[in-house]
Amino acid sequence: MQVNLRIQRFDPEHDTAPRWQEYQLDVDPMARVLDLLHMVKWEQDGSLTFRRSCGHGICGSDAMMINGRNRLACKIRVDQLGRKISVSPLPGLPVIKDLVVDMDGFLAKYRSVHPYLVNDQPAPERERRQSQAQRAVFDDTTKCILCGACTSSCPSFWARPGYVGPAAIVNAHRFIFDSRDEAAEERLQILSDRDGVWRCRTIFNCVDACPRGINITKAILEVSGAIVERTA
Amino acid sequence: MDAPVIHEFDTVIVGAGGAGLYAALELAREGVPTAVLSKLYPTRSHTGAAQGGICAALGNQEEDHWEWHMFDTVKGGDYLVDQDAAEILAREAIETVIELEHLGLPFNRTEDGRIDQRRFGGHTRNYGEAPVKRACYAADRTGHMILQTLYQQCIKHDVRFFDEYAVVRLLVEEGSARGVVAYRIADGSLHVFRAKAVMLATGGYGRVFRITSNAHTLTGDGMALAYRAGIPLEDMEFYQFHPTGLAGLGVLLSEAARGEGGILLNGKGERFMERYAPTLLDLAPRDVVSRAIYNEIREGRGVDGKDYVWLDVHHLSRAVIDEKLPDITDFARIYQGVEPYTQPVGIQPTAHYAMGGIPTDVTSRVVIDDRNTVAPGLYAAGECACVSVHGANRLGTNSLLDILVFGRRAGRDMARFVRETDLPDLPADPAEPVRAELDELRSRKEGEPPAQIRRELADVMMDDVSVFRTDETLRRAQRVVGELRQRYARVRVQDSGARFNLDLLEAREVGYLLDCAEVTVTAALARQESRGGHYREDFPERDDTNWLKHSLASRTDAGPVLRYKPVTITRFTPKPRTY
Repeated sequence: MQVNLRIQRFDPEHDTAPRWQEYQLDVDPMARVLDLLHMVKWEQDGSLTFRRSCGHGICGSDAMMINGRNRLACKIRVDQLGRKISVSPLPGLPVIKDLVVDMDGFLAKYRSVHPYLVNDQPAPERERRQSQAQRAVFDDTTKCILCGACTSSCPSFWARPGYVGPAAIVNAHRFIFDSRDEAAEERLQILSDRDGVWRCRTIFNCVDACPRGINITKAILEVSGAIVERTA
Repeated sequence: MDAPVIHEFDTVIVGAGGAGLYAALELAREGVPTAVLSKLYPTRSHTGAAQGGICAALGNQEEDHWEWHMFDTVKGGDYLVDQDAAEILAREAIETVIELEHLGLPFNRTEDGRIDQRRFGGHTRNYGEAPVKRACYAADRTGHMILQTLYQQCIKHDVRFFDEYAVVRLLVEEGSARGVVAYRIADGSLHVFRAKAVMLATGGYGRVFRITSNAHTLTGDGMALAYRAGIPLEDMEFYQFHPTGLAGLGVLLSEAARGEGGILLNGKGERFMERYAPTLLDLAPRDVVSRAIYNEIREGRGVDGKDYVWLDVHHLSRAVIDEKLPDITDFARIYQGVEPYTQPVGIQPTAHYAMGGIPTDVTSRVVIDDRNTVAPGLYAAGECACVSVHGANRLGTNSLLDILVFGRRAGRDMARFVRETDLPDLPADPAEPVRAELDELRSRKEGEPPAQIRRELADVMMDDVSVFRTDETLRRAQRVVGELRQRYARVRVQDSGARFNLDLLEAREVGYLLDCAEVTVTAALARQESRGGHYREDFPERDDTNWLKHSLASRTDAGPVLRYKPVTITRFTPKPRTY
């Protein structure tokens, strides 16, 4: 089928502001947006720049705004979008070139919540025991691939770039609710800051945007619930 | 012309998948100043795409022993495995998995809270009797959880990452490592990393084939850079095709689907594995299953006579599918529009894993000849390396084990090595040859785009160097690859900018793929037998008398030159391989 693909282009070495460029493509309806970007890059314009790696939704490289929503380009098909497809970089993050954004600030926030298991007890000879029920509590938030789709879709983040954002809270949740971890208290302290969980206005954009189907708002509410419980 | 930025570290690790990160973690624990370079962000590494599990004879579900695991690995590799390395792999699997759990990896659990285990292809009880539950897993995102867990721990230990730095030259002088030259993608600047030890952990080169499970970025960079620096490549004729890639796309559907009870059906609805592997059936090793599928298709029993067959999980309960196979069933929904609860999924073999690579010893030190002479300061682990625990065919889950066991060993030995070694001198103007190459590439006005050459390369490798090979197909591939190399000398990029020039990087990557392809074809043409993933229709039998040996391909101006070295055999003498 014929598709009109509009891509936001920006090359700081030549452009003063982003511009839109249109491409007409004849594509299979089952093709993904990533396939379309490759068609342009490999057959028409080698300068088109975007990140991608695994090509099937697990590495998180190719998050971008597609027809007004943040998604992974490798996980959304033409037949789900129609004949007019518009692609631009993740909103709210500095653009380096075309669809490539600077992720350093996003990752700094991720690192700020101590996203690693803390357990200073001597390690047992075998595995630490964890029941299936204990494991289930944080299963959802282990799926995060740090693509940035959620945080950059969040109006609270757009309004206040200092907000730690949904992705960092998801990764804090993953450890706060892990029965093996001992540092929940310090993470809750970090997230009770004015740029922590209270910035969430439960707008659910993040849930919509998450390519891994994580119920992010639920995770954020569980973290804020734990903060309330701790101070109660 | 800007001078390159010079960095000094005790160790430099190239690649931030499981092998690189585990080594980095070991070095950080030892307080060794280390730089980890990745052409991606570390969490984009392809370790994250591994699905089904990591085998270790924990015996949490049923009796198991590391000796059985070692035997399965050796037999699975069609006896080309170096058995000293396989013994280490199977023994250290147990402590490695336990350590991963201690580091936070969220394994699925048994009812009594231990690490759950499930069946996987080629892993058996009591030396081949029946499938055994050996694969420890986290749903079907085990690799994702390994990558995340190791990255998290590296953050905890303040590992120094250089994200989106593509290594473009390996510095080896007088046989020892001196450092690397890297291209910073963000601004096009060149960086020289001077180091006592360099570890290559760059993964595979699956993008040399048209249908592949591999990421777009898996282009053999580390293998090609080592090869260009005078290091031979080992056993490159052995390339694994995973049986169950999504038809047309190659996206992997884990063997865990069959481990949980899924079955393969041909176009006539027959469970054809009964004819090829009567004992292990659908859980036979990958080379056996991939050949069976190719054979069914060739004899007209593909679906509607086409080039794919069915993977069927519809008889499994929805709870099992949702809890244990959520991602791969989603892939079927997204990319094929089929519902695995009720419908079979079209699959075809997909290029998956290089058994060969940069030769190393069991401490992950690179060895450069048939006497296993060590290249001081140079290390390699993971898919880019060949230790060789996989021999002629890798068993499922053993790649995750390989990256962890030998990544960790690399880190430990590098920590020892740097304490005994001074920072080496750099060669004069180490970045200059690369700068000249890149400048020429960027300024060339005439020529063809890299994508065209890559596409033709992927076609010929898929058609002539995949599951079935003959002298005729390999000679044709050799000729085409040679022509493509000549055309590559005139490749042209459209983007001449400095900032985030991925056009330029892709052109470099095509060069790496061509090197890997040339070695693969040359070694495959020479090996006149069938063993594991290397199947010659004109030499269909394994020939231990003449070919129980590893190939070593060295670069010369006239093309790859092959030598051979013996296989290390300790416990298990070669036997016919049936399943």
